[in-house]
Amino acid sequence: MKLVLNGEPRELDVHPLRRLLDVVREDCGLTGTKEGCGEGECGACTVLVDGEPVVSCLVPVAQVEGAEVTTIEGLAGSHPLQRTIMDEVGAQCGICTPGVVLAALPLVESPARPTLARVREALAGNLCRCTGYEAIHRAVLAAHAERHPK
Amino acid sequence: MASVGTNVTRKEGLDRATGAARYADDLRFPGMLHGRTIRTSVPRGRLNGFSLDFDRDGFTVVDHRDIPGENCIALIERDQPCLVAGAIHHAAEPVLLLAHEDRDTLFEARVRLHEEAESPILDPATSDHVFKQIRIEKGKLERGFGLADTVVEGTYSTGAQEHVYIEPNGVIAVPWEGGLTLHGSMQCPYYVLKALKVLLGEAVRDIRVVQSETGGGFGGKEEYPSMIAAHACLLALKSRRPVKIVYERGEDMVATTKRHPAIVRHRTGVTRHGRLTAMEVDVLMDGGAYCTLSPVVLSRGVIHAAGPYRCKHIRIDGRVVRTHTPPNGAFRGFGAPQTQFAVEVHMDRIAETLGLDPVTVRLRNALKPGDTTATGQVLGPETSAVMVLREAARRSGFKRKRRRYAGSARGIGLSLFYHGAGFTGSGEVMLASRAGLETTPEGVRILVASTEIGQGTRTMLAQIVADALGIAYEQVDVARPDTSVVPDSGPTVASRTCMVVGGLLERCAARMRERLAGLAPSEYHARHGRLHVEERYAPPPGRQWSDETYQGDAYATFGWGCDVAEVELDPVTHEARVTRFVAVQEFGRPIHPALARGQIEGGSAQGLGWALLEDVVFRDGVMANAQLTNYVIPTTLDTPPMDVVMLVNPYPGGPFGAKGVGEMPIDGPASAVVNAIRHAGLDVRAIPATPERLLRAPRLGGPAAPAAAATDAGPGAAEAGR
Repeated sequence: MKLVLNGEPRELDVHPLRRLLDVVREDCGLTGTKEGCGEGECGACTVLVDGEPVVSCLVPVAQVEGAEVTTIEGLAGSHPLQRTIMDEVGAQCGICTPGVVLAALPLVESPARPTLARVREALAGNLCRCTGYEAIHRAVLAAHAERHPK
Repeated sequence: MASVGTNVTRKEGLDRATGAARYADDLRFPGMLHGRTIRTSVPRGRLNGFSLDFDRDGFTVVDHRDIPGENCIALIERDQPCLVAGAIHHAAEPVLLLAHEDRDTLFEARVRLHEEAESPILDPATSDHVFKQIRIEKGKLERGFGLADTVVEGTYSTGAQEHVYIEPNGVIAVPWEGGLTLHGSMQCPYYVLKALKVLLGEAVRDIRVVQSETGGGFGGKEEYPSMIAAHACLLALKSRRPVKIVYERGEDMVATTKRHPAIVRHRTGVTRHGRLTAMEVDVLMDGGAYCTLSPVVLSRGVIHAAGPYRCKHIRIDGRVVRTHTPPNGAFRGFGAPQTQFAVEVHMDRIAETLGLDPVTVRLRNALKPGDTTATGQVLGPETSAVMVLREAARRSGFKRKRRRYAGSARGIGLSLFYHGAGFTGSGEVMLASRAGLETTPEGVRILVASTEIGQGTRTMLAQIVADALGIAYEQVDVARPDTSVVPDSGPTVASRTCMVVGGLLERCAARMRERLAGLAPSEYHARHGRLHVEERYAPPPGRQWSDETYQGDAYATFGWGCDVAEVELDPVTHEARVTRFVAVQEFGRPIHPALARGQIEGGSAQGLGWALLEDVVFRDGVMANAQLTNYVIPTTLDTPPMDVVMLVNPYPGGPFGAKGVGEMPIDGPASAVVNAIRHAGLDVRAIPATPERLLRAPRLGGPAAPAAAATDAGPGAAEAGR
């Protein structure tokens, strides 16, 4: 099957029902995507498929045939949210962080300044046990301000 | 330039945000096998053998006969087997270990256990075995009751809580000629090392334990990693190949420790002005099947059971008993959240009885410098109960909202609490932790076993060392916790890392500074080679404690906190929703304010989850809702906006005035929430305060019904006794 992974066209010989999470982590060796629950509840395995956040533990890889898949490695460490989330301590242990960053990305990239309620809603599927979320919200809003200077 | 007190760039860099940070499941070794644990299915009984219904080709199979040393996970006691040999004490006990290089093949293998079931004891009140019993006595209880105008009684209960670190437990054991290296997610590398030495005996000469990036702990990775590490090591020894065991979420929830459920009874004498004259407290904790850390959880629980209040006549009785559920263990707060939940809801019931407001009754009794605690500890000037209470009440507009919300579906409640920093009693003396510091070509390197699990250990310790040495923060490196490199600086628990280990490092830095004789560490290193200093814990002068009488200085010092929660009750769904939360806490002085704030926000959210959402449902001794779908922790939508205030009251015994902050934030939220629900009119005395529980809760008649409110008769008692 074919897909575009972090901007690069890839051809993979994998079972069509294999979880996208396992394909990314094991077949492609990109371990930045984490498994927290395996049932789509925690959001640690969030990746972007054609720009939309999805939980990769619930997606059979056949469903992303021809799609653009972005994992945390695809940001190459250069997105402002990756820095603000460390500075604001929106990442503590960090295991949920790749998923949080990707889930928040569409909001941060969209020019309209999000309300706090919108940030909460966008991240409602990403469990974090360390921060109580306040610092994550601050990091998202700070990154948005940086991406869209007045 | 001073780095302490500023939000310096964290030592972690960007790795956690880029996916470069490598957790246990991200590590791979050549020839690695995957491991799996076969567990019992009955909560009590006997194992009479097993059948392996699969082709054993390519499998490694381990049972208790493969253990070269003692079949136990050594901790306080050696009562917990590593693998069941005969007797079964809970329904998730490990019996057999399998390993195979293909994970799918491994999990398809079918094993039948031949178990003989016996009738389990699941109610701690009917337990036949006490792990630990403690009495704390101050003054003469009956004399205190003689001085009372009113006696208020009540029973309060708290449920089990699952840690839900987002990274499940995981380790990899790598064998080599004459030795074994264990990599894993953990809080306490030396606990793992000590347990492995007992398990493996003389069979392995050299054991090395290395902490990998750890995706959350909260106490859940204090003692349990010794178990999963033991299993991986046994498989690695037998197969002579690296073996990785990573639990799936369901197994992690079913098999690992929880917060001890507790039932706390209070009988309190008060004057009509609200002064406490006598406090009688009885604490019962459910330890589960094995001892684990239960004696010390109970110890911290009973020491905090009278709350941050002055009272001359106190008797606290506590016991932790055995039941046939998986053993309970360390969880942030370590017994203190349970007992302080009870005393804080009880204080509101005292206020209701006397017709006083919650702030006044607390102000009249709050501990002040020079007062003595239940153990007779005389409090120093860094005692801030009154300061945090006044600030929280002012900031939240407590009294005004208390009047405004009266009679509505909204409520506002508060809690006043404290938390002892460091190990209890003689714990630190017995630990005798060590910390080291050495020069490098760039500056210095910190050598401690304290782990970074999200709370910022590396950053905070580097700040202390940088300022104590008078060098730039950037010149301080921190060694990875690896037992072949770092000394045993004790476990990363008990809010002790900053105050105790940070204190040792401050002393290391002072000694190093003398030896440097004006040179920068890097200059010294270039001229004279590596300089290494090490310090060992010594108790502060004059600190006294008796493990026999439970009298003396229970802790070096205490942190102080006051939480205010506002709730709205939904008349249709019976949910209580927290709409606003104020946390005012004093823990000496924050070393890194943003990291410290993170502890308060995160700990408070975890406490709010325990208060309202997190319900471990046991069916025949097994967690029946071992899924994140059914065991619900707070999401962004369940967590209210938080107003966090960190008040400063430096503690001279801590590095740069710091105490400990990790645990205290979870002591307060549950009682603040329940007191807010009480303000909104429901008589709740147990958590989690789920919609089902609120639906059954009796309505409170209002503050002017002292006779009725002072007794525990009727539906309230039944509710609390669940």
